[in-house]
Amino acid sequence: MHLIESGNVAAATGVKLSRVQVVAAYPITPQTPLTEKLSEFVAEGSLDSEYIPVESEHSAMAVCIAASSAGTRTFTATSANGLLYMNEQLHWAAGARLPIVMCVVNRGIGAPWTVWNDHQDSISQRDGGWIQLYANDHQQIIDTVIKAFRLAETVSIPVMVCYDGYLLSHTYMPFDTPDQDKVDSFLPAFNPINKLDPENPSNFNSVTLPDVRPDVRGNMAPGYMEIRHGLHQDMRRSMDVLQEIDQSFFEEFGRGGNPFLEPYRCDDADHVVVCLGSLSYHMRDVIDELRAEGTAVGVMGVQLYRPFPDQAIVDALAGKRSVMVFEKALSYGNQGALYADIKSALYTCTERPLICNHILGLGGREIKTKHLYDAVKQSCENPETMGDTPRWIGLKCQDNG
Amino acid sequence: MKNDDFGCMISKSEPGPGDGGRTGSWRVQRPVIDLTKCIPAKTGKAACFTCWLFCPDAVVSKTIPPKIDYVYCKGCGICAEECPSGAISMEDESSFIHDIMKENK
Amino acid sequence: MEIKTRTLTLTEEEWVHPGNRACAGCGLGIVYRTALKALGKNTILVVPPSCLTVLQGLYPIAATKLPCVNVTFASTGAAASGVRAAMRALKKEKVNVVAFAGDGGTGDIGIQALSGACERGEDILYICYDNEAYMNTGVQRSGTTPQGVVTTTTPIKGKPQVKKDVPAIVAAHRIPYLATASAAYPLDLYDKVRKAITIKGPKYIHVHTPCPPGWGFDTRYTIKVGRMAVETGLFDLYEKDAEGFRLTDASLKLTGKERKPVIDYFKTQGRFKSLSESMVSDIQKEVDLKWAGYC
Repeated sequence: MHLIESGNVAAATGVKLSRVQVVAAYPITPQTPLTEKLSEFVAEGSLDSEYIPVESEHSAMAVCIAASSAGTRTFTATSANGLLYMNEQLHWAAGARLPIVMCVVNRGIGAPWTVWNDHQDSISQRDGGWIQLYANDHQQIIDTVIKAFRLAETVSIPVMVCYDGYLLSHTYMPFDTPDQDKVDSFLPAFNPINKLDPENPSNFNSVTLPDVRPDVRGNMAPGYMEIRHGLHQDMRRSMDVLQEIDQSFFEEFGRGGNPFLEPYRCDDADHVVVCLGSLSYHMRDVIDELRAEGTAVGVMGVQLYRPFPDQAIVDALAGKRSVMVFEKALSYGNQGALYADIKSALYTCTERPLICNHILGLGGREIKTKHLYDAVKQSCENPETMGDTPRWIGLKCQDNG
Repeated sequence: MKNDDFGCMISKSEPGPGDGGRTGSWRVQRPVIDLTKCIPAKTGKAACFTCWLFCPDAVVSKTIPPKIDYVYCKGCGICAEECPSGAISMEDESSFIHDIMKENK
Repeated sequence: MEIKTRTLTLTEEEWVHPGNRACAGCGLGIVYRTALKALGKNTILVVPPSCLTVLQGLYPIAATKLPCVNVTFASTGAAASGVRAAMRALKKEKVNVVAFAGDGGTGDIGIQALSGACERGEDILYICYDNEAYMNTGVQRSGTTPQGVVTTTTPIKGKPQVKKDVPAIVAAHRIPYLATASAAYPLDLYDKVRKAITIKGPKYIHVHTPCPPGWGFDTRYTIKVGRMAVETGLFDLYEKDAEGFRLTDASLKLTGKERKPVIDYFKTQGRFKSLSESMVSDIQKEVDLKWAGYC
């Protein structure tokens, strides 16, 4: 079925089609309409799910953790400060290996207050053990949500589906909603081995000593470090799983094919722009204009940020003349987070491209195509002059007096 | 790939005694029941069982007479304090050194 | 007329393994053991960081024979709501969903989640064992620490503020069942838990739990100290439901009779050593006033 709807409704529809069983709901701009839509689906009966209107985001993730531990498919959504409020719960869900799916509608973090889009919220959570997927348009939002549940439940790792606040959440685009029957065969019911069950009692996530110790049968049980090592290893292995799932989705629904990176005119490019989210689509206008002028440039959208697809990055960028990373977040006191990850991945390349870092769009600062064009053109013309220090695009009030 | 290949290591504990080891080793004194004073013991009837009721560690059995599991009894003394007939006394653990040595063999 | 459980009729089945890491003489040991007898097999527990986390066992051994999920400190009420939601989704409505938290995890850091769960009318039983401080981390003051008590964060002069009345806060949510209980009166606690699980909606039981190392008394006096709190009228055993408010067990027996002076209770524990005569006198007046209101 074809819809023209907002990104938030696309996400909510994906959750509905995934037959989620427990939804924890707390409002925060710009995610709120997603949550509202889910309550509408539940009230009208088109989604048979428990809907818990919790009293905070920390509690929202608590509901998901508990309900997932009890063996049900769970979902919540948040942004910015809400995501940060549930920070300890994110680490908990990952360490507990719970296949929770959450939509993060990207928004800048206070202080000072902002409700507008940037990526600092999800970027700041990159180290906790959640898989991070970024959707670039409404079709990708609904498709990625469905894929996320299958990925999470296959690898027992929670998955964050991120999309730009306002730019995607509140704009309207046409997209196709998959048939429920086909989604049901793509995404079977959730039936975990480990769960809270009076017939098979266990105590989950109790205190773990530094060293290993024997279990009730006298066998040596893995310790904290082994459990955490397992999370990391399974996260790395989940890239292969994502590839399989993406392939399976493509066969069923005819869409996908770029589970890690979405390239545009990169094959014969000398220079490649890299970014996250809908910015990569915005960039395509700049690419087309520069291409028309004769510059061999392309843009790569990063779809999977964690685990970091370092091999795919190397395969795509090794041998290129230069790489320009544009991002709406940074690791304060250092550089852009995506930039640092890409630079690190390229470190061992024999044919390392020149690389530079641009910061833009913080707190929803408007990103003008002209500014993008100027920045990309400058970098393509003189990549050796760009340097390592982040360059800021769109800063105002810099000359006082 | 199937879910069985992933998430094999989680913090999942199974029920069993002795998480704290042989907590009987914590004792400096152990409760000893005088069967001539213990109400169920001397009457041969199911009665009282106050020691069983109040034991924080469930190491007293609801039997005639009540028996104390010295492997795990921490020697708190609540049973001795609460026994209505004064049948339980707290004796120095060192007096039972021979029993302890036998247990440890 | 409800039939009260007696020691002889109390079930023998144990749901806690011995050899756990609770202190010798731990009041929680009695509370937990008794409550689980009342709950039985078809139960899922939700436990935040607290002494109970330790009692329940360090990975990979569990002292508890029931399924349990450990959760973060602030989230108990919400996590219990999540378990209940899952049970409804899985059509397993008969399962008891029981949150078992300390006073800090209930009345301080946990109060938001508890309030949310009560306001939403979640079908959970929330048992708070109140040992009147953050005992698991080594006796720091909490909201329910009584006035004048010496803790590691209120040394020398003792806590200036009064004890937070958490049951009263919970009562303001107008939940179908609210009760107080004590480790010193396990049969009363047992009956209250049995009654609570027959009621739909949020149920809350606040259990006074003496702690030998934290309160400063010899391990053998746990029951005596708990009893004294009730006999002086400082801690009252009551329940509040659709039929109204009533005192129960030893507190009920105390109506119209002379209560022991509060100083007798304070003398039993090292933590009250900073209480001045005038403070004791003020507390006695407050207790007298409270009891005058019960008639």
